[in-house]
Amino acid sequence: MEFGFTTAAYVVAAVLFILSLGGLSGQESAKRAVWYGIVGMALAVFATLVGPGSGFWLLSLVLIAGGGAIGYQLASKVEMTQMPELVAGMHALVGLAAVFVGFNAHFELLNVMGMDDAAKKSLDGFAALLAKKDSVEINILRVELALGIWIGAVTFTGSVIAYGKLSGKVTSAATKLPGGHMLNAGAGALSFICLVWYLSSGAFLPVMILTLAALFIGYHLIMGIGGADMPVVVSMLNSYSGWAAAAIGFSLGNDLLIVVGALVGSSGAILSYIMCKAMNRSFVSVILGGFGGATGPAMEVEGEQVAIDADGVATALDEADSVIIIPGYGMAVAQAQQNVAELTRRLRAKGKEVRFAIHPVAGRLPGHMNVLLAEAKVPYDIVMEMDEINEDFPETDVAIVIGSNDIVNPAAQEDPNSPIAGMPVLECWKAKQVFVSKRGQGTGYSGIENPLFYKENTRMFYGDAKASLDTLLTLIS
Amino acid sequence: MKIGTPKEIFEGEARVAMTPDSAKQLQKLGYECAIEKGAGVAAGFSDAQYEDAGVEVIGTPAALWKNVDIVAKVRQPEAVELKRLTKDKTLISFFNPAGNEEGMEAAKAKGANVIAMEMVPRISRAQKMDALSSMANIAGYRAVIEAGNNFGRFFTGQITAAGKVPPAKVLVVGAGVAGLAAIGTATSLGAITYAFDVRPEVAEQVESMGAEFVYLDFEEEQEDGAATGGYAAVSSPEFREAQLAKFRELAPEVDIVITTALIPNRPAPKLWLEDMIAAMKPGSVIVDLAAERGGNAEGTVADEKVVTDNGVTIIGYTDFPSRMASQASSLYATNIRHMMTDLTPEKDGQINHDMEDDVIRGATVTFEGDITFPPPPPKVQAIAAQTKKEEPKELTAEEKRAEEEAAFKAQTKQQVTLLASGGALILLAGLFAPASFMQHFIVFVLAVFVGFQVIWNVAHSLHTPLMAVTNAISSIIILGALMQIGSSSAIVVILGALSVFMAGINIFGGFLVTRRMLAMFQKS
Repeated sequence: MEFGFTTAAYVVAAVLFILSLGGLSGQESAKRAVWYGIVGMALAVFATLVGPGSGFWLLSLVLIAGGGAIGYQLASKVEMTQMPELVAGMHALVGLAAVFVGFNAHFELLNVMGMDDAAKKSLDGFAALLAKKDSVEINILRVELALGIWIGAVTFTGSVIAYGKLSGKVTSAATKLPGGHMLNAGAGALSFICLVWYLSSGAFLPVMILTLAALFIGYHLIMGIGGADMPVVVSMLNSYSGWAAAAIGFSLGNDLLIVVGALVGSSGAILSYIMCKAMNRSFVSVILGGFGGATGPAMEVEGEQVAIDADGVATALDEADSVIIIPGYGMAVAQAQQNVAELTRRLRAKGKEVRFAIHPVAGRLPGHMNVLLAEAKVPYDIVMEMDEINEDFPETDVAIVIGSNDIVNPAAQEDPNSPIAGMPVLECWKAKQVFVSKRGQGTGYSGIENPLFYKENTRMFYGDAKASLDTLLTLIS
Repeated sequence: MKIGTPKEIFEGEARVAMTPDSAKQLQKLGYECAIEKGAGVAAGFSDAQYEDAGVEVIGTPAALWKNVDIVAKVRQPEAVELKRLTKDKTLISFFNPAGNEEGMEAAKAKGANVIAMEMVPRISRAQKMDALSSMANIAGYRAVIEAGNNFGRFFTGQITAAGKVPPAKVLVVGAGVAGLAAIGTATSLGAITYAFDVRPEVAEQVESMGAEFVYLDFEEEQEDGAATGGYAAVSSPEFREAQLAKFRELAPEVDIVITTALIPNRPAPKLWLEDMIAAMKPGSVIVDLAAERGGNAEGTVADEKVVTDNGVTIIGYTDFPSRMASQASSLYATNIRHMMTDLTPEKDGQINHDMEDDVIRGATVTFEGDITFPPPPPKVQAIAAQTKKEEPKELTAEEKRAEEEAAFKAQTKQQVTLLASGGALILLAGLFAPASFMQHFIVFVLAVFVGFQVIWNVAHSLHTPLMAVTNAISSIIILGALMQIGSSSAIVVILGALSVFMAGINIFGGFLVTRRMLAMFQKS
């Protein structure tokens, strides 16, 4: 088949991918948009298989089918609450694939350079492309290749660690090896030296060292970021996997790879930026790990946490006209979204106004709560964003906080020394009454004291969110 | 100095301005106390009780007025009494200065100092001497009792073996002190109570007393009650119409109407008109606490109880506090005693009439041969003015334009800088890089640009699907692997095959998960 056909197919695929991302601006159009993405991917794979340079296409098809079967299994079995882990895990695959493809490009380059002119003429596909390159182009190719491998390797270990943190297999606390940022910087410098070395020698050893250094950076970077910042990390890794693909695209001279890599890369970057803004955190400080240190002692919290039982909550809900539910990661952990949805249905059936307030960084992944609530069939038009609903709290009878902590922490507004000072929060304490469903008296994921729990209109509804809601549901018919 | 209280000469007035209790307190301030013989009898305090409290009982009014330096009484003094004032005497009493020009002139001519109890400013510090409030409290309570006395049913609803009794519905118009007291009494008797006031800010107080506030569907910037010292102001004709329409709607339902609407220094507004009275059920009762100023209800006769043709009783008594003379006297005497405390800072039995003091200055109507009414506005506001809700500032067209222009300029500047530096970088790269690289580079830059443009529009709630779908799409790396898998080198084939396999997992997994997520979003 002609080279022209492949290029044409790539153009169509690129357009389809752009449409697929653009379609996510609305819930309804998003459903169509996924199909654009699927068709685009199928087209791209098909065009590459029939295009120049590929061989073993039967083997390729079998491998795709095998991988597809596993992917299908994974995707259909996964619980919606485990979505963050899944996404992080899959980023690791892309990263590793990028590393391998980069290695391949290197080997191929060595092969081709070892051939004489006659042999070069007889090559086709990728190798032929390499054969035509002059020495400047080969150097550029090497830089691209090293960059692709480097980013891919960082993405790989980073995603593996993110996966571990999200699934609880690795401690979620921010831990750093002694040396901290210096280690990262050292590994970065080592990578750069290897790059220069590689450019002059063209050997495999510097590439290997560079890869190892990158793997270490990925590991250490993500280990140093606390669990509460995971939404940013996941979208950041998403972005990296895109850039890795783009870099590989350069080295292979494949425009579609470049286009899609750039799309994914910029999308991840924007997402990370949005997340950081929602947490009032500087992007750099999140990526480098750890909170910005507080400038003074945090305000002492006075008062005590007053507990309440399910009866009390049920009575208050019975009397309330308007209710706002603020879900957080605790709801996801306890798998309580179905109970929350059932509670919502029952309260709505009684003619009460029930709405959800979603903080942009609620959960461990951007939009995490929306997905969980959607899974539990909570209609999306009563699920509000922070800015839409924050001013309604003063007119609200009851606010129920289910497993969220920092995003409802009044210290962000009241205590300039709080580590989260200035972060936009849901002002639920302005509601007439606040119930906080929480496992115990601890400070939670981020370790920041929350004065909300001590406010006069706050009552603590201790217990696992799901169990608590189960009891509550027996009291509300 | 000596402080004395004469017997009230107003017909039917049973209150007295000094009680044995208050006399004891006054003596602690260093004053001697005197009372006219029989002054407290109507209020239930005998001369013997006064004597026991160390009060001198004086036989005639003339002797009392002559012998004391300070006269404390209840009702506005009459001409006879004013004649008895002399230069060095101080009179503390209700005085109605706004409608009592002759009284003030007479007191001025005599050179006496007069403190009018109704002129005590409504500030927190002066509440203890606010006799209007303490009397209004009694009036409100008594109004409900009088209404109950003339109302043929229970207040509270009951279901008994002998039949069902519906609860009485009470409407209180004007939620001042008297109105609130009436609301409290009516609700505690078990009636369903509604209340109306032209000042919407009292709705909260009304609701705190257990009544339902009657809201009008009326859009008007209500004057803040704080501006008038907590009293009602005159309302606009449109507002009045809306108010009357609401009353007309309520009239057939309510059993008891208690009107307490007064505007300072004006006749009482007519709020309960003939047609509303006609619409009421027979046996209903109207208690008009504003009867002294002409009444809020049409057909009110001051000091009398009239029954209309359709059997509605209208009570126009003006002496509710006097009808509870004992209670009213104790409260009033306490108000007087607090006033004396403020007038005697040294507790030495000597009056220090400090005209710099806001409260004393406000209440004094004649001082050393001058009329000092009306007083200057008090320095302290009675009620903190409600902080106006900060409305989003309405920008004028020019301001808006200027703002937009500035924003536009800033944006342009930012974009131009970005473009210029970006362009310079690309040009720089172009100087060194070969053409083949630049081709790809252009594609790359354009793709990044498109990506930024597209992603900004993605809905917040769809960020997780976005991530899943970009994850699936990023497995486009499979193309690279597919291109390499046909290589002649074994290791390339193996690594390529592994990459294809992993990317395959990702493609299917990513898209499927995205579809699963999106399928869940549904409208209610």
